[in-house]
Amino acid sequence: MHAAATAEHDATTLGLDHRKLLMWTFLGSECLFFGSLITTYLVYKGRSLVGPYPHEVFDIPYTSVSAFVLLMSSLTMVLALAAIQRGDQRGLRIWLLATALLGAIFLGGQVYEFTVFVSEGVTLRHNLFGTTFFTLTGFHGAHVAVGVFMLLTLVGASWAGKLKPEQSLNVELVGLYWHFVDVVWIVIFTVVYLVEAPNIV
Amino acid sequence: MAATTGVLGGFLARPMGYAGVWGWVTTVDAKRVGVLYLVTSVTFFLWGGVQALAIRSQLAQSELAVVSPGLYNQLFTMHALTMIFLAIMPMSAAFFNFVIPLQIGARDVAFPRLNALSYWIYLFGGLILSAGYLAGGAADAGWFAYAPLTEKAYSATKGMDFYVLGLLVLGISSMAAAFNFIVTILNMRAPGMTLMRMPVFVWMTLITSFLLVTAFPVITVALIQLLFDRYLGAGFFISSRGGDPLMWQHLFWVFGHPEVYILILPAMGVVSEVLPTFSRKPLFGYPVVVFSGIVIGFMGWSVWSHHMFTVGLGAVANAVFTISTMLIAVPTGVKVFNWMATMWGGNISLKTPMLFAIGFIALFVIGGLSGVSHAVSPSDFQQQDTYYIVAHLHYVLFGGSIFGLFAGIYYWFPKMRGRLLGEGLGKLHFWLMFIGMNITFGPQHWLGLDGMPRRIYTYPANMGWDFWNLVSTLGAFMIGVSILVFLYNIYRSFSHGEPAGSDPWDARTLEWSISSPPPLYNFARIPTVHGRDPFWDQKYATDESGRAHRLPAGAQGHNGHGENVQNIHIPDPSYFPIFVALGLALAALGIAFHLAISAVGVALFLIAIYGWAFEPTVEPRAHH
Repeated sequence: MHAAATAEHDATTLGLDHRKLLMWTFLGSECLFFGSLITTYLVYKGRSLVGPYPHEVFDIPYTSVSAFVLLMSSLTMVLALAAIQRGDQRGLRIWLLATALLGAIFLGGQVYEFTVFVSEGVTLRHNLFGTTFFTLTGFHGAHVAVGVFMLLTLVGASWAGKLKPEQSLNVELVGLYWHFVDVVWIVIFTVVYLVEAPNIV
Repeated sequence: MAATTGVLGGFLARPMGYAGVWGWVTTVDAKRVGVLYLVTSVTFFLWGGVQALAIRSQLAQSELAVVSPGLYNQLFTMHALTMIFLAIMPMSAAFFNFVIPLQIGARDVAFPRLNALSYWIYLFGGLILSAGYLAGGAADAGWFAYAPLTEKAYSATKGMDFYVLGLLVLGISSMAAAFNFIVTILNMRAPGMTLMRMPVFVWMTLITSFLLVTAFPVITVALIQLLFDRYLGAGFFISSRGGDPLMWQHLFWVFGHPEVYILILPAMGVVSEVLPTFSRKPLFGYPVVVFSGIVIGFMGWSVWSHHMFTVGLGAVANAVFTISTMLIAVPTGVKVFNWMATMWGGNISLKTPMLFAIGFIALFVIGGLSGVSHAVSPSDFQQQDTYYIVAHLHYVLFGGSIFGLFAGIYYWFPKMRGRLLGEGLGKLHFWLMFIGMNITFGPQHWLGLDGMPRRIYTYPANMGWDFWNLVSTLGAFMIGVSILVFLYNIYRSFSHGEPAGSDPWDARTLEWSISSPPPLYNFARIPTVHGRDPFWDQKYATDESGRAHRLPAGAQGHNGHGENVQNIHIPDPSYFPIFVALGLALAALGIAFHLAISAVGVALFLIAIYGWAFEPTVEPRAHH
């Protein structure tokens, strides 16, 4: 995990590390990606020809808990960054693992939710609700999964002694990604689960 | 070195040299990546041209059967896809790679390996997109692939699968390159190179890059949805299941119209470099040109439904998009006037790059004016899906983008190769292409207004379309001849061209201040910039009357000598970009053939991406 800027300590024009600027630009691009998926969900909302419909399958208290778990993982992510910045490798690993664990719990919850929905008859091919719901939340879940892999990679690097305090940017970058994925979930949870207007567009 | 090669340590030793074929395969040098982009995009341009000539042969006379109707559909679809995604965009990327670091006074791009990755993904994506011809039929639903024609029920061959997978892969390439250039331009400028001192080509690249990273996610989502429809039985665009084919049109054109500016803005940037150099004047109204580009970038997002006037969106939507489309002609027109004012009173030298740049202005204005005529939605009802639109889009994409990019090839080839292209052959190329282009596409205006629809396989003899179609076909072959002249020019110059020297055009920007071809590290000493046209200011001083006077050679600045070049850190070559790209391509291909191939691709991708992550950009060396 090296890059030209950190390896050579070059001054950059904006005073911002190349990789940090890249990550912010990438997250901007991701906004359009999720924006398009959410737009599709909203345009097709209430246009399923057959049930089950969203309000028949959603379990708001259950999903609220898993949303809370994901939000808490942002807190542990911040603690991991604080740990490496003060040179606390053990704390770093604990908080990174905690973040990965919370992410994994969220993913497990999503897998369970998906299987419940499928057993109630909602599938990707059954109706428009299923088509748009599984595509949107599935891609979010895939992003969380990628995040968990990156967190575990950081843990491994820390264990191998390859993640020094001066490389805390690596943790910060994964953190930026992680917080973004969290924020996207807040939007999805609100728009998909909480707003129950039958036809918003 | 062994300690830092990461998970593949020992298994795959890092390449350390730039020699031979492997030197090109593992290169991370932006200049070499630029050359790879240029060679590949010119090759795809020839392939797109061959497809165009096949189309024009079929249409030369009424009721011909040169190709079968099925193949004809593939030809017009693949001609558009080849030219847009495999020729024009990567030809622009070739100049981004080669020119941008030189113009901003940088030694490399921000992410050298990411840059190489963009190229390899482009190459493999281009092959996937074209592979349909060899696997039972290429994409045949038009480049915009309107649903429901693209659904499994109506498109049974693998052509549409290659379309979806090829464009998904190519999108990753475009976005990776765009992220790289955004960071490079914002973060790697030489001291003193403020935003408002950047050459206009750099500005247009920056705007294009922002369009790329915002527009491509939208088409990516649409393609994924189509993929799910075709493979997983989803119903995004199937109306019998509640889906809406119109949704595809919206998503496609929300991407598709910014894409139009992705195609033209780099060419505008090239022209904005060429015109001042050959008029020996600074660009007229630099800030206005820059802000016009920015305004075009923003407004490009607000005009997409003008592609859908006849869909029936209603009077309000059509009125709004009519107005926004006519408004976007304003910043474009402003640029045209700035280019003309740049030439006004200049000491004009009509070298080949300048001819192409002037040709660009003339043809782009014609295309722009016909564009305004179908910005008016009632007028568009007459023109939609006729040859009038074909004429318009070729005036802006061929007369505009391609002429601009050829200006760039003639302008920067000497910097790339160190030898000039032949002026006589260049002028012959220009005039053949300029006249051929007008003979080909000019008559298509009348054909379209006379009612000839686009994408028809043939037409009856009594329509009165035979004559102008024959003229158009002859013009197309004239363009073909002009391209042969161009290729011969390149071939001849490659070994026999006149040596270019570092500054053959007496140019204004930093790339001309170093040798041709530039050394691996670009600048021995990073230049300090004091204004626009920094290299011109090193060469010339202005006296009280405003006249430029050449400084004596000793007083001129030079960036070719300086520090001990042994101490400059240059990124080392790497195997990982091509492996990551190969993994990605296999993962995509497997979806069309067998998921086992995808599994191999994903595994290769993961191994290579981990190897990449733990490989330092510059290997630590013993003497440090």
